[in-house]
Amino acid sequence: MIGAIAFTTPLLLAALFALPILWWLLRAVPPAPIKRRFPGIALLLGLKDDESQTDTTPWWLLLLRMLAVAGLIIGFAGPILNPEERQPGNGPLLIAMDGSWASARDWPARVKRAEAVLSEAAREGRPTALVSLSDLRADATQFAAADALLPSLSGMVPNAWVPADDSASVLADMTDGQRFDTVWFSDGLAYPARDGIAQLLQSKGGLRVIQSARPVFALRPARFEGSDISITAIRSPADTPRDATLVAYGPDPNGVEQELARAIASFGAGAEEAEVIFSLPTELRNRIRRFELQANRSAGAVSLTDDALKRREVGLLASTEGQEAQDLLSPLYYLRRALVPTADLIDGDLEEMLIASPDVLVLADIAALGDYETELLTDWVDQGGMLVRFAGPRTASADLDAGDPLMPVRLRAGGRSVGGAMSWGEPKTLRDFTRDSPFFGLPLPEDVLVTSQVMAQPDPNLAERTIASLADGTPLVTRREFGQGQIVLFHVTANAEWSTLPLSGLFVQMLERLAISTRPVELSAEQLAGTTWLPEEVLDGFGQTRRADALAGVPGEALAEGVAGPELRPGLYSDDDRRIALNVIGSDTTLEPVSWDGSIPVEGMAVEGETPLAWYFLTAALLLLIADVIASLWLAGRLNLKGSATAAAFFLAFSLPQEGQAQTSEDIRAIEATTEVVLAYVETGDARVDRVSREGLMGLSQSLYRRTSIEPAEPIAVDLEEDELAFYPMLYWPITDAQRLPSDRAYAKLNRYLRTGGMIVFDTKDGNLAGFGSSTAAGRKLQALARPLDIPALEPIPSDHVLTRAFYLLQDFPGRHAGNDVWVEAAPADAEQLEGIPFRNLNDGVTPVLIGGNDWASAWARSDDGRPLYPVGRGYGGERQREMAVRFGINLMMHVLTGNYKSDQVHVPALLDRLGN
Amino acid sequence: MNQDPATTPAGLRHRAETHASALPPLLAEAEHLAATVLLGDHGRRRAGVGDEFWQYRPAENGDELRVIDWRRSARGDAHFVRQKEWQAAQSVMLWVDDALSMNFTGGKDRPTKGHRARVLALALCVLLNRGGERFGLANRGTPPRRGEAQLARIAGHLMDAAFNGDNDIDFGSPNARVLPAGARAMFVSDFFGDMEPVAKSLTAATDRGVKGVLLQVLDPDEEAFPYDGRTVFESMSGTIRFETLKAGSLKEDYLSRLAKRKAELKELCRATGWRYHCHHSNQPALTALMWAYRALDHAQ
Repeated sequence: MIGAIAFTTPLLLAALFALPILWWLLRAVPPAPIKRRFPGIALLLGLKDDESQTDTTPWWLLLLRMLAVAGLIIGFAGPILNPEERQPGNGPLLIAMDGSWASARDWPARVKRAEAVLSEAAREGRPTALVSLSDLRADATQFAAADALLPSLSGMVPNAWVPADDSASVLADMTDGQRFDTVWFSDGLAYPARDGIAQLLQSKGGLRVIQSARPVFALRPARFEGSDISITAIRSPADTPRDATLVAYGPDPNGVEQELARAIASFGAGAEEAEVIFSLPTELRNRIRRFELQANRSAGAVSLTDDALKRREVGLLASTEGQEAQDLLSPLYYLRRALVPTADLIDGDLEEMLIASPDVLVLADIAALGDYETELLTDWVDQGGMLVRFAGPRTASADLDAGDPLMPVRLRAGGRSVGGAMSWGEPKTLRDFTRDSPFFGLPLPEDVLVTSQVMAQPDPNLAERTIASLADGTPLVTRREFGQGQIVLFHVTANAEWSTLPLSGLFVQMLERLAISTRPVELSAEQLAGTTWLPEEVLDGFGQTRRADALAGVPGEALAEGVAGPELRPGLYSDDDRRIALNVIGSDTTLEPVSWDGSIPVEGMAVEGETPLAWYFLTAALLLLIADVIASLWLAGRLNLKGSATAAAFFLAFSLPQEGQAQTSEDIRAIEATTEVVLAYVETGDARVDRVSREGLMGLSQSLYRRTSIEPAEPIAVDLEEDELAFYPMLYWPITDAQRLPSDRAYAKLNRYLRTGGMIVFDTKDGNLAGFGSSTAAGRKLQALARPLDIPALEPIPSDHVLTRAFYLLQDFPGRHAGNDVWVEAAPADAEQLEGIPFRNLNDGVTPVLIGGNDWASAWARSDDGRPLYPVGRGYGGERQREMAVRFGINLMMHVLTGNYKSDQVHVPALLDRLGN
Repeated sequence: MNQDPATTPAGLRHRAETHASALPPLLAEAEHLAATVLLGDHGRRRAGVGDEFWQYRPAENGDELRVIDWRRSARGDAHFVRQKEWQAAQSVMLWVDDALSMNFTGGKDRPTKGHRARVLALALCVLLNRGGERFGLANRGTPPRRGEAQLARIAGHLMDAAFNGDNDIDFGSPNARVLPAGARAMFVSDFFGDMEPVAKSLTAATDRGVKGVLLQVLDPDEEAFPYDGRTVFESMSGTIRFETLKAGSLKEDYLSRLAKRKAELKELCRATGWRYHCHHSNQPALTALMWAYRALDHAQ
């Protein structure tokens, strides 16, 4: 061993003594000559070489070679930096495992390493003990024969929490008066008790730390960002960029858990956070149960979701909706204000809303329901729907003698008014919520006053159904289980007419407690005060969920604190209809690497903790040899300097920024685009797709040229970020799932383009394989691309759309794929069909978008000599389909360029008629 | 039974076809080159045997009756004789170096020296043929004749195996034995070989009244010597070797020797009344052709 470097095979170093011999040998051998045939040799004969020219290799080349050979010798001798000094220990040995979630990712390696330590201790006959710092038990520090600990080592599993803050003192108590050496398997993350434990263990004897250098990954809880879910992956500091796959799991409609969405979290070099945005349809989003960082198995890399991530779909229905009334008097105004930030609202009539299967349906002062509607509602509530009703003048005046099955209690007709101008008594305040009430623990604001209410018939069930009441004991909110669902009645109006309840913060909290609105991510202790939560499923250290039947409930205050431990395991807790997920990682957790005191030796996880240097030497030797090759070639005159100079110039030319022509080229482009009609396509960045687009538009241009009076010039590729769009009548935009989203500026440009009469043809090119509603990769990309665009309501091309007759009469719009819906701007609702005319009198203007997946460009594509480039269909039928695709393209361009001219033709007879008179 | 493939009918046909396929390009190239040259006739400026009209002279006593040009004489009282310009055909003998050294080219983008020499020679033949001169190839002892057949014959000779590296002579020397007295001659070579035979041939030719031109064809690499490093130079046949450790340092010496060789050739020409020109294979062939033709014309 030499200093900090040792060699695995030091004997090989003896070969270094052979270097001088090699020197001498190499010196004697000059570089090999080049043979040249040369007629001028006749003139050369008899010439003498310059005396100063040596016939041996130059010294620097020799040195280069010597260094290379020396590097090889040293490299193969296996140099090792900081070799592990193994010295036999004696006395008791404590193996302390952090046993936290962060250790889970390489737990088998830890166990293997611990086994090595154990067997070493067994060889040396040291009494050994094994403790998990996150799960300290009194009997763990009984020192015993090391062999006997092997079974308990393999039975050890990491916990889903970190060692508790008082671990140091607990450990001190357990090991009072003992002296021992310690091997500490650290997870590499700092936690509060870490320093205390380190001091304690150092005071007990020698301390050695083993930890992995790989970064730890974890997931912070998901939260809403607008309507998207934002979830942040974090890692302990590391320099290298890394991509981690983030997967969302949840039940599919059959209740089987499966992957719902997937995204890549990209950590830049040195970045500790990577944010991922999931934008999913509400229904899918509500099904997500947990997020997982793949390839990193630990409880920290799993983030369970709870109500905070569910946005309930709430249907709102009021009797006076649609009538002219002031906003503030609308029965639904305050409900909307309360629910819009946290729930997805559905409007429409009852039947439509039920089709959308909302979670909650709010009926504000609707007393009279038809039989059919009642039946529908009954079925829906029976299957788990939540019906929330508000009282009001209509409810009060309705004849309820028969009893409404969709009321939690029977109501007395008439209602009552207290504290009004025409009544005695004061407006009533609320009574504290009882323990059974879901509202228990909510603070009562002083200013909530009730002036009118509907009254319930006295009933044996009334007390148990009342979940909130007024100071005088009359019910304010009643609730009844109904099948799998429930019905809730607020005995006041949803607006401020009867009470000030809708004006108060309490209203929002009540809606939240009823699980109508979505709660905020972070819950305060006050909000959870007085509640008891039962664990439904808990996480183990590896991030696996398991049923938690045997665990006791926890108080809401503890849950609000959010510090996981043996008593409060990370997992999903439920109280009634509400669920709270307790995750290992909070929303502001960072992963701090532990900084060890300099006196504590820290080893890596690999069993050999040393740094082998062999590769550095071998690589250096290799580089030297390459340099030697180049130098020898140069010496021998075989290196073509002219060629290298050309290459260098070539590189230089390419690396120099090309500037100075931007302005003019932009102008040229504008002139090109405006002197003649040009078809344009959006560059996707995928060379193949762009080529097909170009060929397709080229083919379409040829067809237009031949068949119509449109004579387009060559198609132009458009870069959304750079180019001006206003010149192009139509943009063909193929969707590839790899394409980058345009920047905000580009979107602004696109929206301006759409508003000022441009048209974008989106082509997902996937034949709409997945059908409406579900998604292919391109379909999802289209959604993502089109979200910021100002696109009107769409419908599949109706049979009387002007596209069907702009030039050719067409029924369908095939491309390379056929028979799929193609979507255009929807016709206005008031379009009417005139007598004797086969189509409706439709609006002016061109549809700003056309969306389909028929891969039109491939069907249009033709080579310069007019041959079709890509197969369409089969045989004659395929050719027919191609022809139809071309006709569609022509109709499309006609529509783009002439608008609804063909529609207006309808009026020609009438105009002629009028002119004639 | 083993037969020499060259003598079997099949071998003969094979060779014939090989030549037939190669001949047109060379001839075509030469024709193409020659087509760019427009020649004036070179009459003898005196009456004699020829095709062109020279003058009418009054008939003298002793003129035979049949030489009187009756058409001209009918216009006057005197009798006239129609004379034609004397057009003596010249014999031009070409010697083209067929040694291996001519097969050298320093770059892929230019022909070998030998090819350039053959094209020049053949193009000159085409020009001479057009000018009505007789020409022959001294290498093969072809007697000077004129006509397309002679052209094809010479082209065939220039294309044969010896001209395409099928010999083991490194450096050629001109052959003056077959030069008819009073003819013109052109020697095309790189003149890298021994100077002795060249000088001997030239003096022997001059002795027999033969004048002509020396055309030295060189590759640009032979002028520039762009070599460096440890190099073994070999003659084209590989029989002569010369090794140097640093070719670059020999450049000066080589160039001065080359200049000396050129000076020697010029001196020799000056002494014998011949003309000397150095042509490089990366230059256009036309200039050399023009020079050679003019030089031959004036070498009287």
